[in-house]
Amino acid sequence: MAAALASTHATPETPGQEFWRALRENRGAMLGLITVVLITLVALLAPWLAPYHPHLTDNTVFLSPPAWQHGGSTAHLLGTDAIGRDILSRLMHGARLSLVIGLAVVAISIVLGIALGLLAGYVRGVFEIAVMRTMDVILTLPSLLLAIVIVAILGPGLVNAMLAVAVVCLPHYVRITRAAVIAESGKDYVMAARLSGAGSLRLMLVEILPNCAAPLIVQASLGISTAILDAAALGFLGLGAQPPTPEWGTMLADAREFVVRAWWVVTFPGLAILLTVLAFNLLGDGLRDALDPKLKR
Amino acid sequence: MLKFFLTRLGLVIPTFFGMTLLAFVLVRLVPGDPIETLAGERGIDAVRHAELLHAYGLDQPLTTQYGIYILKVLHGDLGKSIITQAPVLQEFWALFPATIELALCAMVFALLLGIPAGILAAVKRNSLLDHGVMGAALTGYSMPIFWWGLLLILLFSVQLDWTPVSGRIAVLYFIEPRTGFLLIDSLLADEPGAFRSVLAHLVLPTIVLGTNPLAVVARMTRSAMLEVMGEDYIRTARAKGLPAWRVLGVHALRNALIPVVTVIGLQTGVLFTGAILTETIFSWPGVGKWLIEAIARRDYPVLQGGMLLLGMVVMAVNVLVDLTYGWINPRIRTGSA
Repeated sequence: MAAALASTHATPETPGQEFWRALRENRGAMLGLITVVLITLVALLAPWLAPYHPHLTDNTVFLSPPAWQHGGSTAHLLGTDAIGRDILSRLMHGARLSLVIGLAVVAISIVLGIALGLLAGYVRGVFEIAVMRTMDVILTLPSLLLAIVIVAILGPGLVNAMLAVAVVCLPHYVRITRAAVIAESGKDYVMAARLSGAGSLRLMLVEILPNCAAPLIVQASLGISTAILDAAALGFLGLGAQPPTPEWGTMLADAREFVVRAWWVVTFPGLAILLTVLAFNLLGDGLRDALDPKLKR
Repeated sequence: MLKFFLTRLGLVIPTFFGMTLLAFVLVRLVPGDPIETLAGERGIDAVRHAELLHAYGLDQPLTTQYGIYILKVLHGDLGKSIITQAPVLQEFWALFPATIELALCAMVFALLLGIPAGILAAVKRNSLLDHGVMGAALTGYSMPIFWWGLLLILLFSVQLDWTPVSGRIAVLYFIEPRTGFLLIDSLLADEPGAFRSVLAHLVLPTIVLGTNPLAVVARMTRSAMLEVMGEDYIRTARAKGLPAWRVLGVHALRNALIPVVTVIGLQTGVLFTGAILTETIFSWPGVGKWLIEAIARRDYPVLQGGMLLLGMVVMAVNVLVDLTYGWINPRIRTGSA
């Protein structure tokens, strides 16, 4: 109540300010945002922050434990792997890969998804049916299985894994865009633009698309975490980034056989995946609450 | 109801054909000539190559090949594994019970923990407990389960030596397969200790596979409960002086469970995705591990058939969920919602 009274003699908030205030009040979202910023900084500065080169092997320190454990040394804070590579350095460089994977996958699927969704919602007819049925098929198949089959066909590797994950993520963006386009197309402002002579392309991209942005932004921020998780799973199965690339999932695959002897080679890469994915999910949840007050309780 | 049933089934048909088309196209996108792949490193002469091409129907136009493929699929012929020469469908049925058993246990685990946790969080809304449960749920939702599995093995199998690391049952038992579900078969087999061994092998894979659905169920139950608890009939029930447990457990929960049931159904695909990873980690002899091995061996018929079959199972479950939903909630089937 006090806030409502106070706001009467202040200038009204712009939508941007309102959004930022709603996000700032959400502690989970801020925690997510801070973590994402930190991980991004580590990723950007990895070559300078990392104590060693991620591929550098040192045959004097195989499977050296982390610094705080007996036998560990401060030279390798998180220990070394089976061929003496510094785990901390590899994790820092892995952050670059994971962020690139997350952003690239979302970029590919959002661009394709918006294009297909806009066309399906705007053109309708046979094209819409064909696109939406295809998306149904992709959604019906277990996502990882489809990604695996695609990678098996294209050949294992980071780029192919990213493409596969992008395909698997595509239906969400197509569905969201199409639904928003259909909902928006009937509104008066679209009709007004059409009557004042706006062409189809202008109607789709300039009039309708910006009004579908909120759900797409939410899906994109949650999509980054899905992409990182799926790409890491492919890496773990040996189908993603190939060794010696310091991708977190691939590092875990290498570490599997040392579960019994060296807990640290298994624990840290997974922890890095979990923290990153969790941060993006927290942020995504917060964005959804801030952008779509209807969903907030 | 019949009209709703038929409309829903009608939607399945294009998805089914789409799936077969996708499976057909994907396998044909595999680089390299399939006959030469089959022949291996020794190579093959041109005459024999043409013969085999004809024998496999690969000299026909693509549309004809697809037609033949569809006909075969409809007759239950999904081709033969390149490695074992056994029919794909037969191999699938032999391994599927192991996957189903694991998936069902994971789902039961998720429900038994997720529903009470969700209710508690909703009742104690905005309390420390609520934040704790929801934080844990989001962590479970963000969990890379392949790592989670390794961690649990590290703790419970390696450090504490409580559970076995892999497989479905200790090798010293031989259980005659009757239902394919070892939990039931080991009870029927009358071998002392067999059931315990099966249980011990099941615990970790169940937790690993159940973690993601658990998080989803807890989140869903909480938000459904919160929504229902704002309804008039709950206020009425309270006003009548019904005890709190009755209001929550009977009036609120029954209605809140409807969206939860839907979510459970829609988790099938997620469960199979998780099963691929879980089975790989625990050497669980199910469909997921079979498919991963098929990739390593470049056994494309297995990959194609397995993908189609799992897709069909997911599709069938989705239809069942929709029908159940329509049955529970008449507004859906009459289309007035």
